[in-house]
Amino acid sequence: MLEAREIVLERRGRRLLDGIDIAIPSGLVTAIVGPNGAGKSMLLKVLAGELAPTAGSVQLDGKDLRTFSALALARRRAMVPQSTNLSFPFTVVEVVRLGASVPGFDGIKTRAHELADQALQCVGLEGFGARLYNELSGGEKQRVHIARALCQLDAAHRAEGETTVLMLDEPTSSLDLAHQVRVLDEARRQASIGRAVLLVIHDLNLAAAWADDIVLVSAGRIRARGKPAEIFDNGILSEAYGCAIQVNRTPAPGVPYMLPHLIAAASRRGEAG
Amino acid sequence: MRQGRERVGYQLIVVSVLVLIAAVLASLSLGATGITLSALGRVLHAYVFGSTDAERVTEQLVLLDIRLPRTLLGVFVGAALAVSGAMMQGLFRNPLADPGIVGVSSGAALAAVATIALGNSLAAPWTKAFGVYALPFAAFLGGFLTTTLLVLIAGRRGQLMVGTLLLAGIAIGAMSGALTGLIAYASDDRELRDLTLWSLGSLSGASWPKVMAILPFMAIIFLALPRVTRALNGFLLGEAEAFHLGIDVERMKWLIIFATAASVGAAVAVAGIVGFVGIVVPHFIRLIAGPDHRFVLPCSALLGAALLLLADVIARLAVRPAELPLGIVMAAIGAPVFLHLVLRRGVGGLE
Repeated sequence: MLEAREIVLERRGRRLLDGIDIAIPSGLVTAIVGPNGAGKSMLLKVLAGELAPTAGSVQLDGKDLRTFSALALARRRAMVPQSTNLSFPFTVVEVVRLGASVPGFDGIKTRAHELADQALQCVGLEGFGARLYNELSGGEKQRVHIARALCQLDAAHRAEGETTVLMLDEPTSSLDLAHQVRVLDEARRQASIGRAVLLVIHDLNLAAAWADDIVLVSAGRIRARGKPAEIFDNGILSEAYGCAIQVNRTPAPGVPYMLPHLIAAASRRGEAG
Repeated sequence: MRQGRERVGYQLIVVSVLVLIAAVLASLSLGATGITLSALGRVLHAYVFGSTDAERVTEQLVLLDIRLPRTLLGVFVGAALAVSGAMMQGLFRNPLADPGIVGVSSGAALAAVATIALGNSLAAPWTKAFGVYALPFAAFLGGFLTTTLLVLIAGRRGQLMVGTLLLAGIAIGAMSGALTGLIAYASDDRELRDLTLWSLGSLSGASWPKVMAILPFMAIIFLALPRVTRALNGFLLGEAEAFHLGIDVERMKWLIIFATAASVGAAVAVAGIVGFVGIVVPHFIRLIAGPDHRFVLPCSALLGAALLLLADVIARLAVRPAELPLGIVMAAIGAPVFLHLVLRRGVGGLE
C-alpha cells in the first residue's frame, strides 16, 4: 500500500497540491485524471519520492518515503516518464538494461539480457534491441521506457509481501490505438501479478475502460475518487474541466464513455459553413 | 548486434591497453639523445648491480630521471583530462561539455599566469614560499577555488543545479579569461613569452617531484571512477530518471564535480593547458562502443594517456633538439581526426 496523507506542495509561493489524501492499493490500476495544470504530474512526483511535499507524508507499507534511500526505493517503485530524448546514442536494449543495473539487484549480470528481452516483448518491441533509441518514433520511445521500468521491477530483489509500484506518466499520450490497448493491457497484467499500478492519463475513455479506480484532481485537490462507473458523471466532469461533457454508457457492462458536447460543436461548424 | 556492442566495448578495453603499452614504450625509447629501448635492459642491469661506466650512467640518467617521469606524467595528465572530459559530458548530458566549460581550467590558468607574471613583484612571497612548486600549486588552487565557488553558486539551495552550474561556469571562465588577458597585457616581453609557452602546454618540465605531486589527485579520480560509472549512465536519461533508477543524484553530482576539479587542477598544474583530449577521446570511444560508461571511462583513461604520450613524442622529435609545445601538436593531431570522425560518423546523437 502506497499512502499519502495531507500532502501539501508549494513552489514559489504557489500551492500546487492541497490536502491530498490517497491510498494506492496493490493489485489495482489507479488512474489520476484531471485538467491541464491540475497537479497530476506533481502528485505523481510526490508519490514517487522525487519531490518532497511541503507538508504531509507519503508512506510505502507504513514507512515514510523520506527514510528510503534512492536505491531502496528503486527496488520497490519504477517510474515511466513522458518520453525523453537522449543526448547520446544508446541502443534500445541499453536503455532497457539500465533498469536492471541497480546494484544489489538479483543476478543482474546473468539475467539482465533475459529480463530486457522479456520486457521488450511485453511492450511489443521484440527485435528492436539493437536499434538506436533516438531514431525511434515517439510512441516507440515511450514503450522503451515502459520496458525499462518493467525490467527494473522484475530485476529487483524483494522480500515477500512488499508493495511494488509501477508509475506511468501519460503512458498512452503518443501511442496509436493498438498500442494504447497493448500498454494498458500490460498495466492490467502488472496489477494482476500484485503490483500497485498508478498512471496519469488524459484520455477519460481509456481511464474508464482500463482503470479500477479513478482519482479526479483539479486545482491541486482531489475532487472525486472511486470506480469509473461512479465517478464519471456529467456534473462532476463538466465542473472539473470547465466545459460541457456528456457521459454515455456502453450497452453490455455499462462502461462510461465521454464526449465533449459534440452536437453543439457540429452545429457551430454548420453555422460557420 | 546487441551482444555485439558490448563485446566491442570489452575488445576496445583490450586494444586500449595494448595501445597504451605501445605509447609508453615509444615515449621511453624515443627522444633527442638517441638512447633507445635497448638501453633499458642495460640500465636496469646497471641499476640493480651498480655500475660506474659513464655511458651507463648517462643512459640511466636519461631513462630513469628524464624519460620515465615524463612518461608517467604524460600518462597521468592524458588520463585525467580524458576521464574528466567524459565525466563532464555525462553529467551535463552534452557531448560537447569539457572541464573548460565549467571554468575549472581557466581558474587554474589564471592562478598559474599570475604566478608567472607577478612572480617577481606582487606574488614574490608566494614564489619564495613554495619555490619550484609555486606554479603547480597555484594552478591547482586556482582550479579548486573556481570549482568551490561554482558549487557554492549552483548548489546554494542544497541541490546542485546543472543549468546554473553551466551558466555560472561560462561567466567565471570569461572573468578569469579577462583577468588573464589583463595580466598578459601588463607583462613585459620575457614574461609574455613564458606565458605563451605555458599556455600552449608542455611536459618538458617533468620530474619525479611533479609525478609525486600529481599522484594523490590521480588516486582520487581512480577511486571515484567505479563509483560514478552507473550513475553517469543513469544521468544520460535525465536526473529524475537517474533518481528513479536508484541513484543518489546529489551525492553523485558532488563526487563527479570534485573528482573533475582535482584531476583538471592537477593536470593544468603540471602540464599547462592541453586541449582536445577531453573531447576527442571520449567522443571517439562513443562512436565505436556506444555511450555506456562502463567502457567510456576506462577506455578514456587508457586512450587519453596514449594520445598524450604520442603527441608528446612528436613534440620532442619534430624540431629536434628543440621542442614543440604539446598543445600545438595535440591540436594538429586532434582537430583533423575529430573532423574526420564528425564528417564520417555524424555527431553521435547530438542532433
